[in-house]
Amino acid sequence: MQRVNQALRPIPGWVVYPLGLLPLAWLVVRGALGDLGVDPVKEVEHALGLTALQFLVGGLAITPLRWITGVNLIRYRRAVGLVAFFYVVLHLAVWLLLDIQLRWGEIGADILRRPYITIGMLGFALMIPLAATSNNAAIRRLGAKWRVLHRLTYLAALTGAVHFMLVVKAWPTEPMLYLGSVGILLAFRMVRGRWTTR
Amino acid sequence: MPSRNDLKWSDVTPEHVWLNRRALLGGMAGLIATPALAQGYSTDEAPNSFEEITTYNNFYEFGLDKGDPARYAGQMTTDPWAIEIGGLVDRPGSYDLADVMKMGPIEERIYRFRCVEAWSMVIPWNGFQLSHLLDKVGVQPSARYVAFETLLRPEEMPGQRSRILDWPYREGLRLDEAMHPLTLMATGLYGRDMPKQNGAPIRLVVPWKYGFKSIKSIVKITLTADQPLNTWKQSNTREYGFYSNVNPQVNHPRWSQASERRIGGGFFSSRQDTVIFNGYGDQVAQMYAGQDLTKDF
Repeated sequence: MQRVNQALRPIPGWVVYPLGLLPLAWLVVRGALGDLGVDPVKEVEHALGLTALQFLVGGLAITPLRWITGVNLIRYRRAVGLVAFFYVVLHLAVWLLLDIQLRWGEIGADILRRPYITIGMLGFALMIPLAATSNNAAIRRLGAKWRVLHRLTYLAALTGAVHFMLVVKAWPTEPMLYLGSVGILLAFRMVRGRWTTR
Repeated sequence: MPSRNDLKWSDVTPEHVWLNRRALLGGMAGLIATPALAQGYSTDEAPNSFEEITTYNNFYEFGLDKGDPARYAGQMTTDPWAIEIGGLVDRPGSYDLADVMKMGPIEERIYRFRCVEAWSMVIPWNGFQLSHLLDKVGVQPSARYVAFETLLRPEEMPGQRSRILDWPYREGLRLDEAMHPLTLMATGLYGRDMPKQNGAPIRLVVPWKYGFKSIKSIVKITLTADQPLNTWKQSNTREYGFYSNVNPQVNHPRWSQASERRIGGGFFSSRQDTVIFNGYGDQVAQMYAGQDLTKDF
């Protein structure tokens, strides 16, 4: 696995940002080609949410991957998390502007009463301090507290997967796979018995 | 797909002609306000396009994605087709589709269609009133409900190979709901044969109820004394009831039913308030007088 790590050495962490824009670019292309179906709002809303969840699961996988295979992707993790947050913000913006269309009465009621929206909003709220402290200055300033704070990632990923599970009818496979992945990745950490990422 | 009878509905009158005629009739109705015409069951809202209606479907027999039915329903054999009509009827039997199609006059009905997922469309169906079919087969006095079943054919319906729902799909109506003139056995839309993804060759349309009540590709109709099971209620009793009338005051446990997005405006499909009984309250509300609609949801 050292070979993989060697090969990755010249690739800086920031490359994740342009790569992270590709799913968005793909959506824009599909939109321009009229390939988003008759309900482009739902299509875009779901695609953005799904991309966010994929980056969250990806970020969560980096440490277990290192434990198991020795492949070290830690220096990409911050960008993976920030890209996830970027898609969460877009997903939320599409819901507010194009889906629920700023019907504040319904929005307020939904956040309070609809578990999937409550949980989704909770996940978003949890990610705000994470995104705000994803920089070197914050790490220096917060010291040991930074690691404690960033355990919120686990909860954020879990809320994302549960949010997906709650929005569907019946019990389709796809959201269960995401929930299962998050569960397994968190279980790794529990079994390992170490809540620091080293 | 070969049609059982060679005549297609669209062969009878060219689309632009009957569209003009409808406009003319509509104008006359406004002028003289003949009750019979004014009672017209169609909405004057603009229908969704054929493409919208045929590429955005919930038909879990073909997959969970809205595009799956359009992709995979082509493999469903709809000819030959027969409907097994039984239970508390005078003339039970297996009725060939061609005979079923003759049980009532085919009309065009432009109905609002409201999905339980809080989106809606306007659809120009062709079909005949279920009441005509029931009259033809003779409903016995002890019958109080009508149960329906969709085709069960996993080899042609890939969604049925997964246990997402308890197949075949089942639905039911109370007899008065089934006899209501709005309740349609739809055999086509936009003057064409029913597209497979929309429930070919024949499906139910109950415009004041959530879309899942409007069961597709019907092969069995049974008159019963007791309330039949319906698939979604069976799948989740807390979330889906037997009646499933469109009702903005009774929310789905997981999402609001207060408003809906009308498909068709692209990125700017407008959200609008949902109306009780999907706007058909004048015609249907009296059937539920005395019922607590929050209990009988």
